[in-house]
Amino acid sequence: MFKVKYFEAIRTTAVILIALVIAFIIISLVSDHPVKTIGIFLWEPLSTKGHIGNVIEMSIPLMFTGLAVSLLFRANMFNLGAEGIFYFSGVVTSVLAIHLTTLNGWVHPVVAILAGSIVGALLSAIPGILKAKWNANELVTSLMFNNILFGVGLYLLNYHLRDAKAFANVSFKFEETARLAKIFPGTRIHTGLIIVLLLIVLAHLFLYKTKWGYELRMTGINREFARYSGMKTAKVIILVHLIAGFIAGMGGSVEVLGMYNRFQWTSLPGYGLDGALVAMLAKNNPLSVIVSALFLAYIRIGADMMARLSDVPSEMISIIQAVIILLISAEQFLKFWKNRMLLKEAKASA
Amino acid sequence: MNSLLNVILTTDFAFSVLRVTTPILFAALGALISNRAGIINIGMEGIMLVSALTGVIVSAYTHSAWVGLLGAALAGTLIAGILAFFTLKFKTHIILGGVAINMFASGGTVFILYLLSGDKGSSTSLASKVLPSVEIPLLKDIPVLGPILSGHHILTYFSIIAVFAVYYLLNRTPLGLRIRSVGENPHAAQSVGVSVIKIQYIALLLSGFFAGLGGAYMSMGYLSLFTRDMVAGRGWIAIAAESMGRSTTAGTALTSLLFGAADALANALQVLKIPAELIGTLPYVATVIGLLVYAVSETRKKNRKLKSPAAK
Repeated sequence: MFKVKYFEAIRTTAVILIALVIAFIIISLVSDHPVKTIGIFLWEPLSTKGHIGNVIEMSIPLMFTGLAVSLLFRANMFNLGAEGIFYFSGVVTSVLAIHLTTLNGWVHPVVAILAGSIVGALLSAIPGILKAKWNANELVTSLMFNNILFGVGLYLLNYHLRDAKAFANVSFKFEETARLAKIFPGTRIHTGLIIVLLLIVLAHLFLYKTKWGYELRMTGINREFARYSGMKTAKVIILVHLIAGFIAGMGGSVEVLGMYNRFQWTSLPGYGLDGALVAMLAKNNPLSVIVSALFLAYIRIGADMMARLSDVPSEMISIIQAVIILLISAEQFLKFWKNRMLLKEAKASA
Repeated sequence: MNSLLNVILTTDFAFSVLRVTTPILFAALGALISNRAGIINIGMEGIMLVSALTGVIVSAYTHSAWVGLLGAALAGTLIAGILAFFTLKFKTHIILGGVAINMFASGGTVFILYLLSGDKGSSTSLASKVLPSVEIPLLKDIPVLGPILSGHHILTYFSIIAVFAVYYLLNRTPLGLRIRSVGENPHAAQSVGVSVIKIQYIALLLSGFFAGLGGAYMSMGYLSLFTRDMVAGRGWIAIAAESMGRSTTAGTALTSLLFGAADALANALQVLKIPAELIGTLPYVATVIGLLVYAVSETRKKNRKLKSPAAK
């Protein structure tokens, strides 16, 4: 009944089940009413239209960063810079959303988002160039960039954008024209959802139907081999960094204009690192990013509801996420089972 | 500018360089050991964080700073052990495994802190202990050197001793030889009967142990309590220091000191009224520049080797 070709799907499901079981164990240990708490964790995110809306809203930034990280991972680039770029592009977009007052209608958000995305692409290119030209470890440089971009962004917020009359560490109000429209009444789901779904389809076509996408995948599998077969791998690496930075930057911009009326992140929002988890769950496949982002958003909202309605703090989710990452990238996990299936199928066909 | 020089050219500044170098140095030594065994442990940040919290909790419940230190070191070793188990046994990708450890640590420490103290920000309600500072007799009376080198936290002295210990371990012991041989060529090591997996296990555990000491210093020396995400990138800076120190013990120690100086300088620069947000980025900028200088020189060296006819 189990076929080898479904093995990856089966294994992913097994990992998620194990993670959920661990979640239940932790809840049982911590909570005074474990059954009720687990119920909240699992059902509350789907209980009302508003809550489903929350899940989808949260999945939008996760899809952006998940897609960006997927492309990087696909090229075998362990770059986690989506985090800082997401933040900084949000700041850039906010500046334009506040100060560009002459534009009207749909032009305003388009300009603001494009500016954020382009800044993101350029910033992302730096670790890419350092990697392509001098083989500087992209993981360390991108993580350092996260801290640098956060520092500079926070400086801009505190010294140039801060609204003293708001009694909080937030920016001036965005112009109404800059904000993204809501598309489902009763929820806060905004046009960013359409943008990201479109991007995902484009990325899918790029990755599987174009020459550049092919070169990207080959470089990811074996850079030396790709180089010897005549591909300019340095160019591929810089290109994938530009694209990923563009997508992550757009994510930050869209999130800011879709969900807020002032810029208010005084710490890194974390979507960049979550993007790595989304990418791993999606096996670095653009189309699967949709499902894995929705899943991550679902357990996040579940944990938030749980923290609000019961006695278990939402940080529990980070333990679950760690388990998922450790098991999902574990080549040997359940391998024995795959081998047994292979053997059985070989015997059956013999 | 003068006021800045006045701050830097003091024994206090030199003292603070050593003070902020300590956690970076511990973690960098840990990174050094695992890198020499050919397995990069990027979970340093998370391991330090878990150890910092463990030190606070254990010392609060046992009323002993030393038991707390032991707990922190063991916690670091344990987390590294989990990472080793998944990467060496289950073949989880080592970088993704490290990412998982870091993700677990930043949320998991807050989770546990909240369960024990009801607070998500810091451990103020836990009566944790701190390890003592030590005045060194004779040395403390020497002008200039005395105020710089004496009166440090005991773990600062441990970290300096650890540099020599790690040097001895890597270069003068059979285990060190095995670690280096596994890192340089695992197949060759395997062929002469060295168990690659076992050596990498040991190296990862040791890296966790040293990161654990660095974490203990953060919450039982640098500060006297645990605050959320208190390691603040030091684990990453340590990894950068190790790679810029060209994977040698002396180089790693010196670059750690350099990053410590950048960190201390960031504190000193506050007298110039430059916004704190920008100053805070200084150690990270220094790290990127350091990595870049190292990478460029490595590439040049490689290219020269390829071009020179003598190499053939």
